[in-house]
This record gives sequence, C-alpha cells and structure tokens, in this order.
Amino acid sequence: MAKFTHLKSKVIVIPNRNIDTDQIIPARFLKVTDKNGLGEALFSDWRYNSDGSVKPDFVLNQQQNQDAKIILAGDNFGCGSSREHAPWALTAWGINAVISTSFADIFRNNALKNALLPIVVNKDIHQSLFELVAQSPDSELSINLASQTLTIPRSTAVTFPIDSFAKNCLLTGVDQLGYILSHESLIEAYESTC
Amino acid sequence: MSSNPLTLFEKIWHSHIVTQEPKSPAVLYIDLHLVHEVTSPQAFTGLRERGLKVRRPTHTLATMDHSIPTTPLSIPMADTQAAAQLQQLAENCEEFDIELYGMDSPMRGIVHVIGPELGRTQPGMTIVCGDSHTSTHGAFGALAFGIGTSEVEHVLASQCLLQHQPKTFQVNLSGKLGIGVSAKDIILALIAQIGIGGGTGHVFEYTGEAIRGLTMEERMTICNMSIEGGARAGMVAPDDTTFEYLAGREHSPKGIEWDKAIKSWKKLSTDGEAIYDQSITLDASSLEPMITFGTNPSMGLQITGRIPNPNNYSDPDKRHNLEDSLTYMELQPGQPLLGHPVDVVFIGSCTNGRISDLRLAAKVLEGRRVAENIRMLVVPGSQSVKIQAESEGLDQVFTEAGAEWREAGCSMCIAMNGDQVEPGQYAVSTSNRNFEGRQGKGARTFLASPLTAAATAVRGAISDVREMI
Repeated sequence: MAKFTHLKSKVIVIPNRNIDTDQIIPARFLKVTDKNGLGEALFSDWRYNSDGSVKPDFVLNQQQNQDAKIILAGDNFGCGSSREHAPWALTAWGINAVISTSFADIFRNNALKNALLPIVVNKDIHQSLFELVAQSPDSELSINLASQTLTIPRSTAVTFPIDSFAKNCLLTGVDQLGYILSHESLIEAYESTC
Repeated sequence: MSSNPLTLFEKIWHSHIVTQEPKSPAVLYIDLHLVHEVTSPQAFTGLRERGLKVRRPTHTLATMDHSIPTTPLSIPMADTQAAAQLQQLAENCEEFDIELYGMDSPMRGIVHVIGPELGRTQPGMTIVCGDSHTSTHGAFGALAFGIGTSEVEHVLASQCLLQHQPKTFQVNLSGKLGIGVSAKDIILALIAQIGIGGGTGHVFEYTGEAIRGLTMEERMTICNMSIEGGARAGMVAPDDTTFEYLAGREHSPKGIEWDKAIKSWKKLSTDGEAIYDQSITLDASSLEPMITFGTNPSMGLQITGRIPNPNNYSDPDKRHNLEDSLTYMELQPGQPLLGHPVDVVFIGSCTNGRISDLRLAAKVLEGRRVAENIRMLVVPGSQSVKIQAESEGLDQVFTEAGAEWREAGCSMCIAMNGDQVEPGQYAVSTSNRNFEGRQGKGARTFLASPLTAAATAVRGAISDVREMI
C-alpha cells in the first residue's frame, strides 16, 4: 500500500459544506474498469462548462494551485456514495490530504486506503485556516503523520486524530489484505463454527 | 454475554468478530457479499495481480444494475464503455465462479432489490456491497453497509473486513402514518431533522409503533436512506412481518432449518435494558408528505411548506449553503413548492422501485393522464418486479397514462446508463439523492414518495397527493 509520512504544501480552499462524491467525481465517469483518467474528471461539473471549456474561476483551474496537495473543505466532506473513485480521482490529480471538521464514514475509510489523509480539525482551527489562506494564499501547511501534527505558519502546531491502525499502515505501507489473510487459520476456525 | 444487555447491532457485531488485536480494528466475517459492475472491476484486477481466488463464491452474488440501460436489452448497447464494463463483470464472475444474475436473467435487478427477493438477505447476517445503499438490507435485522472497492477486494479474497465498531443511534418512530404519508416521508423527515451528517459514525436502529406497522418493502425504503442521514447502516429488529416476507423464498431456509432460523432470529431484538449511544423520537402521526427543495437530502420540507430564507440562518456557513442550493435550483426564499412546474417524473430506484411502490403510483394514475409537459419514467427495481407488475396490469396503467415502462435498473437515479434529466430541467424523483448533477449535469431534483411523484405527473406541477385520493 502507498505510504504517507509527511507533506508540506499550499492549500486549495473549497469552502462548501457537504461536498458529496457526486461532485468529487460524477457517476458518468464510473464506467471505467481501471483507475485511469480519473484525475481529469475530478470535480468535473465545477471545473468545466457544458461545452467542455475550462471554468477559469474554479480553484483547481487556477495556475497558483497546480502544485497544491492539500484541500481545505467545509464540514462533512465526502458524503454520499461509496465510490472509491473519489479518493482515486483526488490522488490522481495530486491531492494527498483533505482538511475538514468531519468526513463521511465510507469516504474516510476509502481515503485511508489510498494514502489520502483525512485531517479533522475543530471549528476554531478550521476557521483560522480559512482566514490564513484568505490573507496569505501562498501559506504552506506541514503535515507530520508520525506526530499527528499540522503545522500552521505563524501559529502553533495542532494535533489531529487518526486511528492508530490506519496510521501504522500508512507509515509503514502495511498491506491491509495481507494483514487479514495473516489470520487465515482464525477465519477457517470461525467458518467451522457457522 | 447474556447477562450484558445488548442492542440488535451489538449482537450481530459481536457474533461476527473473527479476531481483534489490541489497537486494531476487528476482523469482521461477512456472510453475504453483493457485487455489481461499477465498483468491482478494479477489485477483481487486484485479485488477479496477487494470484488470489474468491474465498467463498457461495457467499457472493453479482448482478448488473448501475450502468445497464433500461431500454430493451435486445437492442445493442450504444454506450460501448458501459457495455465493456458489463462484459467485464460477466467474465469476472465466470473466472471466479460467482453466481451472476446477468443481462438475460429474469431475476436480474438492482442489487438491493434482488437480495431480499431471492431470500439471500436474512436476519442476523453481515452484508456488504460496493454501494452505499446496502443499508437497505438492514430492514431484515441484518448489519448491512456500503464499502469501497479496496474493501470489495478484501471481502472477495478473505470473506472478512477490517472494521472499527460504530456507535448506535435509536430512531424511535411513534404513532401511525396518516393517509397519503408513506415510508419515504418518514425518512425524508428524519434526515431534514438530523441533517445529512447527523448519523455519521453511527448505525441507526429504527424502533417503535410506526416501524412495526410497516411492510418489509416500506422498512427497506427507510433503511435504504439511512446513509443520507450519515449512518452507514440502518436496522429493524426482525418480527413476524419479516418472517412472513422470507417464508418460501428461493434461498430462505426450509423445513427444520426454517424453524431453527426463526428461533435464532427471534433472539436478535435489542434487550430491554440495552443502551444506545444516541436516541431520537419522531411522531409519525404528525408527518405530512415531504419533498426536498435543495441539493442534499436534508434540505426537505412538508409539501405544504415554503422554502426557508437564508437570512434567517445565523450560521454563515449554513446561510451560504442554502443560498448556493437555491441558486442551483433557481428557487426563491419563501416560495411554496406546491404548484411548481416539473419536467420529469421518475419512479424507481433501490429506494422506491419495488412492487408496492409501483402499486401506489398506479393507483394514483389509474384513469388519469400524465400532464403534457411531463416525461414520466417508471422503472421496476428488478425483472421480478417487472413481471409481477405486468401480471397485475400495472404496466398498462402506466403506459395508458402516457408514462414510459422500462426494464429494471438504477436508471435515472444515477445518470450513467442513458436515462437522465436534461440540464436545467426539474424532476420529481422517488430516488435517494438530489445532489447537484446527480440525475444528469445541471439536473434539478426534488425527492419525494411514489404517491407525490404520481400526483405531480398528473397535474404537471408539484402536488399534494392527499387532494387526489
């Protein structure tokens, strides 16, 4: 599995609450049988006009954001469908972390399996991040997974919660299916009782 | 364990833990894995790359629903990408020995419709699928939830999932529903109250007089949209209604096995002293038909209500959210929805595509015509539902009224199979999501019950079905 240890990057702000997976990647792009081309379709309906031309005002289309790896989003990011195409599209575009006050359960699980870090911060920190980026759009945030810290320029580092198993998997690249299969004798024992 | 009072959820959870190491998620055994064409291909590729097999093909069932067209399947598919995806599923099922209700199966249909129909969905089971509406199966007292494609691969290979224990959330539904008010209105009212993230991290258990009075199909409608309230799963303790539904179905236990099953299923109910992490009570008798006005399922109101004014919201985030939604929907604060013109009416989906939904809609449409300005699509949730509806003459009612009668599939709920709402059009839909573009780029969705949808189709504008029955 892909690893995640640390990251330093500028921030793309998409302030909307409840950004659902139909916005992250509309269903018409789910007819693929592989993971190719999904980065192109990320936020497609917000990025492109009906005729396919680019919407220059949308943040993902702005030149200064092209190398940013962190999205700062409104509450409840990733609600809606179970499509893992959502984290696939985000990582294919170059995003490695999303910061919000909360994440939908299935999206969070899917993100953690794709080295896309869902970082939960409280409302005050969330608000201060929006203000920071509004004032200094080039501000870079630093994320350190081992210490679970988010370092904000001109502020103190804040810690963020993450499930310790997922953290260990991301730091060491543990293969989760391999972990499950290492318990095969217990699975067999369980099946024999059914 | 018997001394410790447990909820329905906890009983199923504890009995499915294979092992759990310290500071690690549980290795949870999965009894039934439902597979469809859209979220499985990359998982099968993963198996092939690792040289793994499907551990328990008999615990696995596949069908085609999301990208399959609802026009007659004898017509060659115009969408070659969708055709290739369906072909890929057929090949994967062949290679890995999985039972497939494929293109020409008379039992094919939406995965959450056929699981119960076939009797594969049973109380006490753990059920997963790469689809968030897997919560539907919780209506049987199963623990059922949606998973991503990585997890689909995990279950295919190991029959297990790594899961952290979610919290429990009791949704107590008191009272009885009034005339013209249905299961869909209960779940839309609940989501309007708790919000789209209100159940995050939790599993709902629906209890109370109102849920006991509902049929299995109505309970499925409610459990189906638990995910729209943020809960991955929603459950109802099994009772006689559940057992009557399951009796005699193809995969239901038979003979002595049936008696044994009933005995164990009856033990699943939440113990009297068990404690939920959270609780809410909703009085079903006070509910009216519900309809959504915005761009997520929590933006709903009573059909006689008016659209809220963003200026009345003190939270600036909420205000902006509502303003954005109203801009997308081209609706005004304070406006009533009754009488608002509509272009499309869609009846179908895993929420409301079952035979009882079609019967309700047909009752409203019988002897009436779909208004000139409306395109109405009626899409059975499965081919079995289609056959049943046709045997009752419901297809005649729909086509004589001027509606289109289709083959089974997800259809207009998800706009990836040729059925979609055009940009700028308004649709009243019995499906589950009104997100921007969900039913087609630029499409504007009002979610409602089959009764409200049928009434709207007749009058050509959003209507209160209670004036028509």
